[in-house]
Amino acid sequence: MNFAGHYSYWITVFLMIAGLYVVIARGNLIKKLIGLGIFQTSVYLLYIAPGKLIGGTAPIIASGFGTYSNPLPHVLILTAIVVGVATLALGLAIVVRIHEAYGSIEEDEILDRDLTGQEGR
Amino acid sequence: MRSDLVLRVIAKLLIPFVLLFALYVQFHGDFGPGGGFQAGVIIAAAMIFYAIVFGLPAARRMVPDRAVEAMVAAGVLIYAGVGVAGLLLGGNYLDYFVLDRVPAHGQERGIFWVEAGVAVTVSGVMLKIFYMFAGRRSDADDA
Amino acid sequence: MVLLTMMAALTVAIVVQRNLFAVVVLAGIYSFLMATVLVALDAVDVAMTEASVGAGISTVLLLAALFLTRGEEAKPLLRPLLPLVLAMVVGAALVYGTLGLPAFSDPDAPIHVHVVPRYLQEAARETDVPNVVTAVLASYRGYDTLGETTVVFTAGAGVIALLRRARRRDGKDVK
Repeated sequence: MNFAGHYSYWITVFLMIAGLYVVIARGNLIKKLIGLGIFQTSVYLLYIAPGKLIGGTAPIIASGFGTYSNPLPHVLILTAIVVGVATLALGLAIVVRIHEAYGSIEEDEILDRDLTGQEGR
Repeated sequence: MRSDLVLRVIAKLLIPFVLLFALYVQFHGDFGPGGGFQAGVIIAAAMIFYAIVFGLPAARRMVPDRAVEAMVAAGVLIYAGVGVAGLLLGGNYLDYFVLDRVPAHGQERGIFWVEAGVAVTVSGVMLKIFYMFAGRRSDADDA
Repeated sequence: MVLLTMMAALTVAIVVQRNLFAVVVLAGIYSFLMATVLVALDAVDVAMTEASVGAGISTVLLLAALFLTRGEEAKPLLRPLLPLVLAMVVGAALVYGTLGLPAFSDPDAPIHVHVVPRYLQEAARETDVPNVVTAVLASYRGYDTLGETTVVFTAGAGVIALLRRARRRDGKDVK
């Protein structure tokens, strides 16, 4: 087990559980969305780190370079980044509507208001 | 007032260069890093910068709502249209090598139009989302 | 390696910080650090996209949402023990899983020998485009990019549907 080699994987796992913790343990909706973003970026790191070859270069064919880093994860992660920002935009639009309907963006306040609204009916 | 003036002058100087850089990233995506997504986002960022410095109504006069909504849909249509063109010319859907007599040039042509469609959609969507967020008054101002 | 440690420290700051404006700015810094790490890993296309999308558009949208919801502070945490334990357990399982992954920069890893040599060798000849990432994205895997463009379009349409408000004539808005 190579410590220096696996350091990037361990940092990826740390970022992943930090993002997961923010999503499940914080009540503020906007902070949850930011935690989701951290989770997504850790997945990008997980995909691209194994593709790197020491001594290689960016995957643009040019004379004078023999080894190239793996281009396939780059393609997948490019799609993932754009889908991630689309998700963030939709999530923020929903948060804005929730705020207008309930007056708050804290999860427990929204649940309280929802439950008292249902019981009062 | 003084800082406002500095922002306006710098914005007027910088925004054309940002747009030029976006075009460079778009068309040189074949030879260096870049491509449709990055160029679309940079175009949207330039327009958002303009909207932040000069106000939302001025930005809406510069790029009207209908034009942005048309851009959102037009990009996907361009992309799908390239696929249909591949169908009409004898290949499968989204085949590029039938677009020209030399297959490699057909690939280049297909990639060019596809990246253009992607850039149009991405810049339109990012700008439209910003318009929607910025144009919606917060509740305190509604009363 | 130094950059990765900085990113980990920044993430701890994001988790702990309660002022939402500070959290948004920290998220922007995080995106820039991520873009730098990606350049160090030779992923230049991805770095440009992450820098422009993560640090540019994401920050603008988060600030706009913060302005609209007037959120200032996140409330303090009441009982964080169970989520913390859960996160630790998941983290331990993931670390156990990474022990089986190939070592860093191993040329014989399965990721390098399956289909990528064909892409690297044939892309310049078949498509006449030196940037292999663009060639794979737009030509070899063109369907996926069509789906992604449709996802972006759907997000735009969704935001329009959620946040549209008719022009007000009498002071009342039509939702």
